[in-house]
Amino acid sequence: MTALNEIKKSLLVSIWFMFLTFPIMVIKVNTVEQTISWRWNRLAAVGIGSFCLSFVWRYMLKRKETGAKKTALGNGGELSAVQRLLQNPRFFKPALLATAVFALIYPFYFSMYQVNIMTTALIYVILGLGLNIVVGLAGLLDLGYVAFYAVGAYSYALLHIHFGLGFWACLPIGAGLAMMFGIVLGFPVLRLRGDYLAIVTLGFGEIIRLILENWNAFSYGPSGIANIPRPGLFGMHLTIHQSLIYIYFIMVAIVVFTIFVVRRLQDSRIGRAWIALREDEVACQATGIDKTKTKLSAFALGATWAGMGGVVFAAKTTFINPASFTIWESVMILCIVVLGGMGSILGVILGALILMLLPEYMRAFSEYRMLLFAAALVVMMVFRPNGIISAVRRNYEFKGTNEKETA
Amino acid sequence: MDPVLDIKQLTMDFGGLRALDHIDLDVKAGEIAALIGPNGAGKTTFFNCITGIYKPTQGDMFISPGGKNRIRINGLKPNQVTERGMARTFQNIRLFQNMTVLENVMMGRHCRMRAGIPGAVFRNKATREEEKRVVQESYEILEKIGLEQFVNEFAKNLPYGAQRRLEIARAMATEPFILLLDEPAAGMNNQETSELDQLVLKIREEEHISILLIEHDMKFVMSLSDRIFVMDYGKKIAQGTPQEIKSNPAVIRAYLGEDVDA
Amino acid sequence: MDYFMELFLGGLTRGSIYALIALGYTMVYGIIELINFAHGEIYMIGAFTALITISVLTMLGLNKIAILLIAAVAAIIYSSAYGYTAEKVAYKPLRSAPRLSPLISAIGVSLFLQNYVLLAQTSDFLPFPNLIPQFKFLKAYGGIVQSSEIVIYVTTAIVLVILTFLIKFTKLGKAMRATAQDRDMAMLVGVNVDRVISFTFVVGSATAALGGVLIASHIGQINFYIGFIAGIKAFVAAVLGGIGSMPGAVLGSLVLGWTESFFTGYISSDYEDVFAFLFLVLILIFRPSGILGRTDTDKV
Ligand SMILES: Nc1ncnc2c1ncn2[C@@H]1O[C@H](COP(=O)(O)OP(=O)(O)O)[C@@H](O)[C@H]1O
Ligand SMILES: [Mg+2]
Repeated sequence: MTALNEIKKSLLVSIWFMFLTFPIMVIKVNTVEQTISWRWNRLAAVGIGSFCLSFVWRYMLKRKETGAKKTALGNGGELSAVQRLLQNPRFFKPALLATAVFALIYPFYFSMYQVNIMTTALIYVILGLGLNIVVGLAGLLDLGYVAFYAVGAYSYALLHIHFGLGFWACLPIGAGLAMMFGIVLGFPVLRLRGDYLAIVTLGFGEIIRLILENWNAFSYGPSGIANIPRPGLFGMHLTIHQSLIYIYFIMVAIVVFTIFVVRRLQDSRIGRAWIALREDEVACQATGIDKTKTKLSAFALGATWAGMGGVVFAAKTTFINPASFTIWESVMILCIVVLGGMGSILGVILGALILMLLPEYMRAFSEYRMLLFAAALVVMMVFRPNGIISAVRRNYEFKGTNEKETA
Repeated sequence: MDPVLDIKQLTMDFGGLRALDHIDLDVKAGEIAALIGPNGAGKTTFFNCITGIYKPTQGDMFISPGGKNRIRINGLKPNQVTERGMARTFQNIRLFQNMTVLENVMMGRHCRMRAGIPGAVFRNKATREEEKRVVQESYEILEKIGLEQFVNEFAKNLPYGAQRRLEIARAMATEPFILLLDEPAAGMNNQETSELDQLVLKIREEEHISILLIEHDMKFVMSLSDRIFVMDYGKKIAQGTPQEIKSNPAVIRAYLGEDVDA
Repeated sequence: MDYFMELFLGGLTRGSIYALIALGYTMVYGIIELINFAHGEIYMIGAFTALITISVLTMLGLNKIAILLIAAVAAIIYSSAYGYTAEKVAYKPLRSAPRLSPLISAIGVSLFLQNYVLLAQTSDFLPFPNLIPQFKFLKAYGGIVQSSEIVIYVTTAIVLVILTFLIKFTKLGKAMRATAQDRDMAMLVGVNVDRVISFTFVVGSATAALGGVLIASHIGQINFYIGFIAGIKAFVAAVLGGIGSMPGAVLGSLVLGWTESFFTGYISSDYEDVFAFLFLVLILIFRPSGILGRTDTDKV
């Protein structure tokens, strides 16, 4: 009986989606030649696809509900298998070692193309970790994150053109400038409520992009800036191949540095304040935490990492233009954080690697990547808001003071 | 000696609604005072105003930590009020749900800590020692409140009564001289209520903290408070000792139909 | 003076279109406090559906006005269906989730619909035929205003009247207002909140679709990305007027339309979009409650 009911439900869903997608999926108009092609096979695909998916969807919804009930009863907080594995030092240490060895030998065993892709992925790792401070820890939805990335990239390009500064000088300067931008922009907007903040940061991001696009005298407009030098190594002459390997190692170092810093931040007075702010802003203030300062520190630190990423990006591609810094780039980085797991360092790293590498290695799928990421955003929000690997809170060590206990 | 909390002519309007109408209220050092009144009388609004969460339309608010150094707290932000020694709990529990019980209390210590971002990154000696001290102190507060068995549990997984106590623990961690409790016994059973009764007394005796509490449970209020303020429709209609309040006709009228334990 | 008039009418045209989109934002925000990021895409879907319908019907050789009307109806139906479905799939399961979750989900829907149209149709701009007949009486005014603009003004006005009626006098409208005031309370007194929310999405999507058809006819081309900028600007308008307030949305749209029109006409057209964003940032910073919105204290 229930099975029949389920099938009926799915059938209705499938009919509904066939209706919904009919004009846009099936009919394709050629407006030049005034011809129409009908692509009926797509209708069938949508029908079958949505029929099957609707079972999965309902099953997952049901599972989520029972899951919610279980946590409400008090046996929640269970760690997933991955987390348990990670907390086991017998697994964790060798895994860490293997990762380190792999990262070190990677550029010597793989092609230049793959080294390049991996470097890009690593840039997204630090962008993700930076945004994770803002979104994942402090709970501030920043849709203009890419603006700080642009600040970093353009600082390097422009400082190089006008003052001849090199990569190593520009890395801290770019990061610092991005941080200053973060503070200056953050100050007026951070008192806004969460969703307004998202829109205002989006607005700021777009303003910066549009200025870069229109202010030719400053930024060279839409055509961008070319011939940005790759990083130098004690004045040695490097071939392109060597340069790429060098940048790869620079990125590995920056990633390690980032993980180190973020880990320490997250377990500190400031880090706890960020999380508390995300949990409940009013309670946070009433508990004596300066909301503005705390938000600003998260926002500015996030921006710093974006600035750093921007400098490396400019050095790696040797060419930048405003088209690299659209709002969808911000959304992409947001995807990394959300998919990986807000607040979870390992999750964000995995998220960045999956999102950046998968489309490269599965060519067939790369055309659909934005579509799939978009769907993933929705699905994750609905079914797994904590991401692939959810953040774990640390347990602190302390001594009990038994004599004070009143029995 | 000044009263530790001294509120004069406090008025709060929401659009056309006057939620507080020229309220005078004071709490003396070491006192347990209660603010009672029917639902919607404006009690929570009163707390929100004096803790800086709402901006009152009119009135003056003063605190005197330890009965000296009277400070005007109008216009202070909530965190500044807390820093100056007035801490509170919320009627609708507002814990940091996805943080552990210990961390919730540690948050209360935040404003008494100093480590900044450099400290967090470099973990210098001062920072490490501060962290250790705070963990220890927070645990001791949990012991005092009787929540030590839950230390590493997520706040959201605690039973209801324990969540209310955790709110008190978090507020205590800010080292207040006065504690504002908004319906601390709401939703508690008899056993839990009498434990809370003991806890409130203990806080006053051992920590020398004055207390202003909002509560509906009349037995609880009458047995615990030194003085009671009664509000109705935003106005203060009576104040006095429990004995005086019990026999006050205005109070009985305000509560008519409600269960007065008199 | 003629130039001024032209800019004034151009601003009115923009403003009317923004209003048709902004209404959806404001209604949805009023009911569930969600910035429906995907609302612009719903408008884009409306424009595409209309274009496809028009192309098919033109080949069948129907009368122009009939084609336009049928296309508008198709756009309304489809946009509403998409809005309804998006709500059911991406927002409804998140009713009790933290506030940012539905917003992120909405960003997902927005990105999804853009890429869906991009993949299923094309990334190129497609010409959109103008089927609105040339009104003879306009000749006298020397082309200051086009007939499509007249149609835009009139349609917007009619939509506003219908919506006002719907919200003020029908049972569903009353339920909507009740839900906007206090969702839990509305539920207690027996309002079917789920239905009200669905209905809000349907109505908002339908007006957006109408905006899509009209502006596409007026401008003459569409692509998968038109929803984004239009959506943002309409959102600016809604915030400007005071989000949650329907007269506010209309007022905000007109103000934005005119400012944009005069700014680009008299000062510079390079920074047209910067201007809208700047407007947004400034309002949100200095008067987040907008022109007609009330400054509420969040209840604690
Ligand atoms: N932020 C607010 N905006 C509008 N009205 C409010 C707000 N906060 C409280 N009120 C109103 O003020 C009155 C007093 O509420 P409250 O202080 O919560 O009462 P009590 O705590 O005594 O039950 C109520 O009518 C309530 O609706
Ligand atoms: Mg109350």
